Amino acid sequence: MQDEPTPTELTKAVADFLRNEITPMISGHNAFKLRVAINALDLVTRQLALEQGGDAAEAARLTQLLDMQGSLADLNRALADRIARGEADLQTPGLSDHLWQTTMDKLAVDQPNYASYKRELEGKRS
Amino acid sequence: MIEEQLGRCVASWYPGATGVTGAAKLSGGASQETWSFDIVHPDGVFGAILRRSPPGYGAAPSRAAGLDAEAVLMRLAYEAGVPSPKVMHVLRPQDDLGTGFIMARVEGETIARKILRDEQFAKARPMLARQLGQVAAGIHGLDLAQLPKLRRMTAAKEVFELERDYHSFDWPRPVFALALRWLRDHDPGPSEEVTLVHGDFRHGNLIIGPDGVRAVLDWELAHLGDPMEDLGWICVNSWRFGEIDKPVGGFGTREDLFAGYEAAGRRADPARVKFWEVMGTLRWGIMCCGMMQRFRSGPDHSMERAMIGRRSSETEIDLLRLLAPRGK
Repeated sequence: MQDEPTPTELTKAVADFLRNEITPMISGHNAFKLRVAINALDLVTRQLALEQGGDAAEAARLTQLLDMQGSLADLNRALADRIARGEADLQTPGLSDHLWQTTMDKLAVDQPNYASYKRELEGKRS
Repeated sequence: MIEEQLGRCVASWYPGATGVTGAAKLSGGASQETWSFDIVHPDGVFGAILRRSPPGYGAAPSRAAGLDAEAVLMRLAYEAGVPSPKVMHVLRPQDDLGTGFIMARVEGETIARKILRDEQFAKARPMLARQLGQVAAGIHGLDLAQLPKLRRMTAAKEVFELERDYHSFDWPRPVFALALRWLRDHDPGPSEEVTLVHGDFRHGNLIIGPDGVRAVLDWELAHLGDPMEDLGWICVNSWRFGEIDKPVGGFGTREDLFAGYEAAGRRADPARVKFWEVMGTLRWGIMCCGMMQRFRSGPDHSMERAMIGRRSSETEIDLLRLLAPRGK
């Protein structure tokens, strides 16, 4: 068992340091690169927090949708193949919901500020 | 050093020019560079842009039209009244600057977030969609007989290439598979009319001033094909920069875009435009995946490129919004 602090706590602390202490000191193209670096650390922090739950739910949906067992990559490959061959489409029960849920979970990690994602979140709440 | 070379080059075709100052590299990968500089002349300073492949980098990537073709296209566009920088000189071997061309520098803004938010563009924004419709019509109206040799694209060929690229990444994406399937099932067939297509008609390649569109840049992806491709590409959500209810570049409506296009004497086909918007959304998603590959395989191991790989999911949600909208 690895000791504390957790990876999430470490990446968050580094990102906060860069954001609060270093950003005011940097200008020009390096300021842009620093922003990208902070975004990358924030993304890693979100993934560490959300990935396990999202992956488990995705695997459970895929197992049911495809009626097969396998790793998450294998299941996704099987689904992509079935869609490509026309054996599964938007009329397939559960498929659209699955793609939406999976994509929303990806955006929650990758780009939670993306306008389309925020719009879809609002839509779900209202 | 480049100022000396440019100075010699400019003196050979710009009578009275005494030199070059202020050379600054604006952008550039290994094979292609853009430089801004000022030509010094007794009548005053003249702003110019060099677009080139440095000596030793001749071959363009397979999709690119090539810098010589770009120069010809920009000249034709300029002469036809399409807002375009004036091409002043095509590089020759004795210039020792590589291949490419020198054009007049057009002042204005290309950064989408500024165009969409800065006060100085507030009056221009409501006019842009209509103006761009007219500009696109001008591009699509250029005489085919005068064009340089360009690749001929169809929807089917584009789907084939996207599918090949997607498979080359060997990473399953059911949403991309769904989009590819939709595109194959909804291919409207070859367009009745084949025209010049700009191929990258969007923010970043448009110089905007407080008075509106000032120039169309970057003809690298120009080809022959369905003119509706350009109108679909500029509606892709990735170019709206958060203004998702304004489909044309985050500043205007499709209706205005089409009205400008039709006022210039051409017909817009909204169904084909929608098809190309789906294609364009997928294309940008696959391009994002490609950046990730280039990051991983080494030629550009930058964290910016790596992070663009994580933007392909943005196109997945946009594809779902287009193909499987949820009832609200």
